[in-house]
Amino acid sequence: MSKKRITRRRFVASSVATVAAISAPYVSTAHAAGKLALGMWDHWVPGGNKVFDEIAQEWAKKEKVELTIDYLSTQGNKLLLTIAAEAQAKSGHDIMDFTAWEPAQYVRSLEPVDEVMKEALSNNGPISPAMEYIGKSSGPWNVVPSTRGSLILPPCSRIDLMKDIAGIDVQAMYPAGKDPTPEAEKWTWDAFLVAAEKCHKAGHSFGLPLGATTDSLDWVGALFSAYGAALVDAKGNTTVKSDEVRQVLDYTKKLFAFLPTDAASWDNASNNKWLISGKGALVFNPPSTWVVAKRDAPKVAEKLWTHAMPKGPKGRFAPSLPRYQGLWNFSKNKSAAKSLLVHINKPESIRKLVEGAAGYDIPPYQKLLDYKVWDVQGPPAGTLSHYPNRADQVNSLPCSPAPPAMASQLYTNAIMPKMIVRIGRGENIDQTLAWATNEIEGFRRN
Amino acid sequence: MVDATIKNEGSVMRADRRNSLQKAWQRKSTIAFLMTLPLILLILVLVIYPALYAVHLAMLNKSMQRFVGLSNFSFLFTRETFWMVVWQSCIFALTAVFFKAIIGFFVAHFVHNIPDKGQRKWRGMLLIPWVIPPAMSTLAWLWLFDPSYSAFNWILEHFGIAGIPWLGDEHWARFCVILVNVWIGAPFFMIMYLASLKSVPEQLYEAAKIDGANWWQTMRFVTLPMMRNIIMITALFSTIVTFANFDIVRVLTRGDPLDQTHVFATWAFRLGIEGGDIPLGASVSLFMVPILTIGAIFILRDIVKRGNEA
Repeated sequence: MSKKRITRRRFVASSVATVAAISAPYVSTAHAAGKLALGMWDHWVPGGNKVFDEIAQEWAKKEKVELTIDYLSTQGNKLLLTIAAEAQAKSGHDIMDFTAWEPAQYVRSLEPVDEVMKEALSNNGPISPAMEYIGKSSGPWNVVPSTRGSLILPPCSRIDLMKDIAGIDVQAMYPAGKDPTPEAEKWTWDAFLVAAEKCHKAGHSFGLPLGATTDSLDWVGALFSAYGAALVDAKGNTTVKSDEVRQVLDYTKKLFAFLPTDAASWDNASNNKWLISGKGALVFNPPSTWVVAKRDAPKVAEKLWTHAMPKGPKGRFAPSLPRYQGLWNFSKNKSAAKSLLVHINKPESIRKLVEGAAGYDIPPYQKLLDYKVWDVQGPPAGTLSHYPNRADQVNSLPCSPAPPAMASQLYTNAIMPKMIVRIGRGENIDQTLAWATNEIEGFRRN
Repeated sequence: MVDATIKNEGSVMRADRRNSLQKAWQRKSTIAFLMTLPLILLILVLVIYPALYAVHLAMLNKSMQRFVGLSNFSFLFTRETFWMVVWQSCIFALTAVFFKAIIGFFVAHFVHNIPDKGQRKWRGMLLIPWVIPPAMSTLAWLWLFDPSYSAFNWILEHFGIAGIPWLGDEHWARFCVILVNVWIGAPFFMIMYLASLKSVPEQLYEAAKIDGANWWQTMRFVTLPMMRNIIMITALFSTIVTFANFDIVRVLTRGDPLDQTHVFATWAFRLGIEGGDIPLGASVSLFMVPILTIGAIFILRDIVKRGNEA
């Protein structure tokens, strides 16, 4: 049996080839083929999964990868449980779908995706700072911000009730297919409070949830941002006892009195039902409320208008609920996974995803917010025209700017909505601030 | 000669071994062990291993990289919410078990007194809440309590009474989760008590009647002593299951408002799965194990003691 001698030249050549093969993520080599499994959020909009299937399978066919996509529902926390189980078992899908602060919780199990983001940013332009904040929680990009499933939760108002009871013409402020008019400058949190009181007295309270749910956290987060109030600063210091927090709590004490009596235990469906049943005049939600109303209560749907958030002392902030795709660091086919992530974040793929989900999905790239899909939805015509951010509105991420590991705990434990409920039930502000401080100290456990 | 003796002794020993093996195979305890082996294996894989793994997890730090002993438990003892959850779990379990036992006891007596012919369909109907998967029936209750479409509030409003924030007020919310638990669990008590009632010898009642015992005396000196073991075992079993309840609270309130309806399992889920702090979640879920174990030992010991006396 002959033995081949490994020369220094041969060793260097082999090493260079190996390094190149590992670090070349987009090259369709034999390493890029094989199998790839995706655990994706199950899109509730009919057609939302189909369009993703088409985009992903088109890539798989070209790259000769055997691609499996499992759509996992958030109902019953199926997606969350799958993420937790796979992180523990270090086995399962290659790419997983994450939401809100989950990437920060699982950062130790995620593969950096800087190369993917470099490509995505060069194709799509700058990304929303809120998305970047979570995506780069530990320095490098740990996850890829997703168009599919990312949403904001702006007001969805009853045109008639807002006009007749509160004297606010939401269509005049936010006309279909056009930028907000100067009237929109008067749409502030103070004006919101007056409108909330009038509608409450008329038996059409604003349906604002205050439970430990994402819908609650997102609108409360946007309100806190509008007042510049944060419970923990970017360096991790507790800032609960600041003037801004006191100011926002003073505000919510008044607002709480005009909300439905059981808002403290509402789930993510309660606000939708409140508006669709005809009881409510306004909720903060993505277009799902309007879409369900169109199906179940068309007369109500015809009177709904989605528009921008009220403005606070520090600006106009939209509640956002981002989604991300992350690559497990135990994936066996990382190069193929990265290649797919680049493909689904190409401008053409993003456009198909947004149109396939009837405008429910919001791209994280400001440059891509000019699609016509939002202007053509109805009735009423143009009802979603102001669903994506226009003019001065920017996305807010509840619990930011706290370091992601801390923010994740503030979010999961719904500290901000709980503060509002405590104040609303008659606790004095100092007691509430002391309670929140104590809770936050508990989250510092390593 | 010597060789032959040794050979004979060897074959005798082998024969003895064969015989003892055959005897072992024929022994009832061996057969019983082999027949229960699949179940033992299932328990080992699905109960013992996860339980030990939970103990292991409860002793790790938040990032699960370091052994911290009982630090997670000592940390929990410093948290206000933890003690609130302990209190709520006790209120939830003890109140629910008490009402399930009372309702089950009386309904069992009513059913027992129905003539045999019609008893079967009543038994079947009364078991319905218990046989429906709890998550499904709780979802139906959730709709009854719904803020927009509550059937209860609709009825109240028809009588000019203001709607009740069923799940938004802490007292009403606690009442609702206990009510649903009682609704689901009372049939289990009913069927156990009914079986126990049917096993009380009729002669005892006849003797009591001859002795002139009234209804209460018959109940006090005949029925209750004869049912005692079943009452204790049912209460113990139900207490353990109710303490570990997850689905009712999860579906109805998710612990809201202000964590005031959380029980151990739902709070453990909040901390461990939703909050990504699996060791702390495991610690919460294990907290009741020693307390329930001690309770179970005392109750079971009492039952065995009385069994031996009998």
